[in-house]
Amino acid sequence: MELPAALLDWFAAQGWGLHPHQVAMLGRADQPSTLLIAPTGGGKTLAGFLPSLAELADGAHKGLHTLYISPLKALTADIRRNLRRPVEGANLPIRIEDRTGDTTYTQRRRQRADPPHILLTTPESLALLLTYEDAPRIFAGLSRVIVDEIHALAESKRGDQLMLQLARLETLSPGLRRVGLSATVEDPPALAAFLGADTVIMQADPGPDPDISMLVTPAPPPWSGGGAGYAIPAILDQVRQHKTTLIFHNTRAQAEIFFYNLWLLNTDDLPIGIHHGSLAREQRDRVEAAMVAGQLRAIVCTGSLDLGIDWGDVDLVIQVGAPKNVKRLVQRIGRANHRYNAPSKALLVPANRFEVVECQAALQAVVAHQLDGEPRGPGPLDVLCQHILATACAAPFDADALYAEVITAGPYAGLSRQNFDDCLEFVATGGYALRAYDKWQRLMIRAGKWSLRDPRAAVVIRQNLGTIIDTETLKVRLKGRSGGTPLGEVEEAFASTLTPGDTFLIGGQVVRYDALREMTVEVTRQPGRDPRVAVYGGTKFATSTQLSERILQIFQQPDWPNLPYHTAEWLALQRDVSRLPQPGRLLVETFPYERREHLVLYGFAGRNAQQTLGLLLTKRMEDQGLAPLGFVATDYATLTWGLEPACDPAALLDRTTLRHDLETWLGGNAVMKRTFRNVAIVAGLIERSHQGRRKSGRQATFSSDILYDTLRKYDPDHLMLQITRDEAMRGLIDFGRLDTMLERIGDRIDHIQLERPSPLAVPLFLEMGRVPVEGAARERLAADAAAQLMRDAGLA
Amino acid sequence: MVLSSLQRSGKAAAMYRFTLASADLIALASGALFWPAEKLLVVSDLHFGKSERLARRGGALLPPFETRDTLQRLDDDLESTGARRVICLGDSFDDLHAADAMEAGDQLWLTRLIAGRDWVWIEGNHDAGPFALGGSHLADMQLGPLAFRHIASGDTPEISGHYHPKLRLAGRARRCFLLDATRVIMPAYGSYTGGLWTYDAALTNLMQPQALAVAIGKTALALPMPRTMPQL
Repeated sequence: MELPAALLDWFAAQGWGLHPHQVAMLGRADQPSTLLIAPTGGGKTLAGFLPSLAELADGAHKGLHTLYISPLKALTADIRRNLRRPVEGANLPIRIEDRTGDTTYTQRRRQRADPPHILLTTPESLALLLTYEDAPRIFAGLSRVIVDEIHALAESKRGDQLMLQLARLETLSPGLRRVGLSATVEDPPALAAFLGADTVIMQADPGPDPDISMLVTPAPPPWSGGGAGYAIPAILDQVRQHKTTLIFHNTRAQAEIFFYNLWLLNTDDLPIGIHHGSLAREQRDRVEAAMVAGQLRAIVCTGSLDLGIDWGDVDLVIQVGAPKNVKRLVQRIGRANHRYNAPSKALLVPANRFEVVECQAALQAVVAHQLDGEPRGPGPLDVLCQHILATACAAPFDADALYAEVITAGPYAGLSRQNFDDCLEFVATGGYALRAYDKWQRLMIRAGKWSLRDPRAAVVIRQNLGTIIDTETLKVRLKGRSGGTPLGEVEEAFASTLTPGDTFLIGGQVVRYDALREMTVEVTRQPGRDPRVAVYGGTKFATSTQLSERILQIFQQPDWPNLPYHTAEWLALQRDVSRLPQPGRLLVETFPYERREHLVLYGFAGRNAQQTLGLLLTKRMEDQGLAPLGFVATDYATLTWGLEPACDPAALLDRTTLRHDLETWLGGNAVMKRTFRNVAIVAGLIERSHQGRRKSGRQATFSSDILYDTLRKYDPDHLMLQITRDEAMRGLIDFGRLDTMLERIGDRIDHIQLERPSPLAVPLFLEMGRVPVEGAARERLAADAAAQLMRDAGLA
Repeated sequence: MVLSSLQRSGKAAAMYRFTLASADLIALASGALFWPAEKLLVVSDLHFGKSERLARRGGALLPPFETRDTLQRLDDDLESTGARRVICLGDSFDDLHAADAMEAGDQLWLTRLIAGRDWVWIEGNHDAGPFALGGSHLADMQLGPLAFRHIASGDTPEISGHYHPKLRLAGRARRCFLLDATRVIMPAYGSYTGGLWTYDAALTNLMQPQALAVAIGKTALALPMPRTMPQL
């Protein structure tokens, strides 16, 4: 494939030459499927588009030619701008448009009637397009599909859904060619199989190693917490010394606190912005525009800037808090210095002393080029259920044909016909042992094909498409005329803890909570007061197996000359008052604190497995009458608390009993209910709560927990419960990793009884995400609380 | 005799006794109200057939077990209290069609419960109108000093439902009764029902300042009615 002369001339005029992998992509233009692995800044997106530009240059192609899919809305707009430059510069007759949830209604209608040559979109917008009756016409001439940042999509159900959509597109336009683009892939063959059966891997020159180190500060990091406030002066120094700095945080709440404290110390008034997923669209747009215009010296951000937008001037990346996962760290480092063959510069800033050790482990891993990532299982069935429902929206379908199509999608290649039929049965009839809906089936067979019983249902089905499940959030607005300025969102659970007069942080400002009006939190500015902090839902990453093992190895050093003195002292103190966790052994500490009996178990099995351990442990404690009240899990430990002390932790940890408990009791816990809710929303069993509907029907909507309990009681083998179980075992439960840990440990359990929390236990007390235990202790406390309230009111 | 059997079960906190207009009443942890002197059991907002109604409208096919789940709890309460009269305070069915569409086995079960009892269906906003089941159908009714109706009015003393009140106690959401010197607002009894926080203006305007809430669930716990959004 040759590039058109006009385009080559334009490149030459810019002083651009093609990279070898870009040339190679042109050479491979005819291949059915290619996975290109190229470093950030290596022009991999352009490499993906070059064959399309070559094929479209003569203006002969009518309608849609290339579909570009990115995990981020922001990326589609950015790619449109970047791609239009050469196309307009070379005066090529190619129409390029993007289509996301932000695209106007008129624009979207026009795109359906008259699609552009190149359409840039997200998996969710594509899912919606495919539900329209005119999808076959829209996609008839489609020749190429480019999936950008495919590794990021492959980590979640969004990727599984996208691969089902590609299978659909292949049916609508046979001979479609696929390209996957990625910079950070830990297992290229697995990702290639995900993209398609005949995928060939193309590996570009990875470029030089990054320049990465830990930020040295005069002040030591605190014992615990995630703010990294201590490092702010040193970070401001770095911002001053560089053109543009991205300051990454793991959670939105941490980013908010950090940004607030940063501005208190930003005496030079360096232009620094904040960007994260809970901020109002308008706020994010403003920050992005300022960044593109080169007006900002730094952005405090979260995963919302992990991927994507190419800001050439970023010359430093700072990661605040332990990176948890080497792949993500490498991705973030790649955000600096988007110039080919120039090393990226990055600094790690541990937020507390434990994270100093984690950062050290991560540095070792990056130097060793060891990426990590846990393999995902086969394509989940809740996504398939949604796909079947969405397919029926577009047109009646034949079950055999749809099954044949679905198994061409990488994640579903091993799907059995039985599983497919179960999903179809669920979508059509509910799949209940009690056949209650024969009259009101959702799908029914007409003339040999499955179709919607009530075509009007398509509207609701479209509203519920997608696999991203938001936590319930409320909008936050500054009080004022004309509705007030939107600031962003907070979780409903957080909002319900606010009383008028309370202050919290959002978008870097301290605001005062005034009222809750029509599902909107009304606030006024309240500068200069100590804020309570907004708790956002952001993802919590589990530390990878590789990093956990590296941390345990570091603990075994006789002393720690490679760690800052404060952290070395802290570890020495832990070794002194208790002991340090060892590979192959399990350290358990028990101690009283604030009138509750605590137990810490240092399993280093990752957040999810430690969480499961918490569930199983508290169940055993309940059985033994220890009246547990709750637990919290981190990547390295589980902390439980209750009314009675645990004197013999080993007796709580018998593997056979734990496995038995898991099987028989798995059902009743909060993690399963949370998983069920997500599964049920994706599969179309419950509708997403839309702000408006929730407002009007408060008494009508009820908790998904009720559905879960009812199903367990009356139809325990129901498909939704099977999917919930599978997903929980792999994801939130992660029993495999827990079981491996317990097997390795055997009876090598070290129980240390203490008078107070040990140095290593302290950070656990500040963890979010405490899980309550519903047991005897809870009723004891509820009765106490009610009695106290009655006494306070003078009624008892 | 009825109450002693409840008390003998050892669940001292499974009920809350109170007096309204000199009638001695008992709020049960199940969400039913019992008036021993009249051997009367009152339940509200059963919402039978909710899943069927949603399915009929082309929506999701929810687990169709809520009717039998609700029936089972009602059966248990009738058994343990020995009630001879029953008042269902409205929204017994999610709509009138749901009453006709009730599955045969469930209908039989309900008919068996009605048989031999003085059974009254009060009309609610979901089920205004007659349906083909035993018992009498009334807009509201008076028994001794107490009025029974679906939605609270100014005409007290009265027992009503409709609002599905709920509250948060020791961090957990629970359905609840609301009571003051003039009225009782009952919790929803149906399995597939949500709730309205007690601090909602609709409820704080209705209830006197010294109103109590009785949280239900495993136990029935009385506390002052929460009138503001709870803090952690």
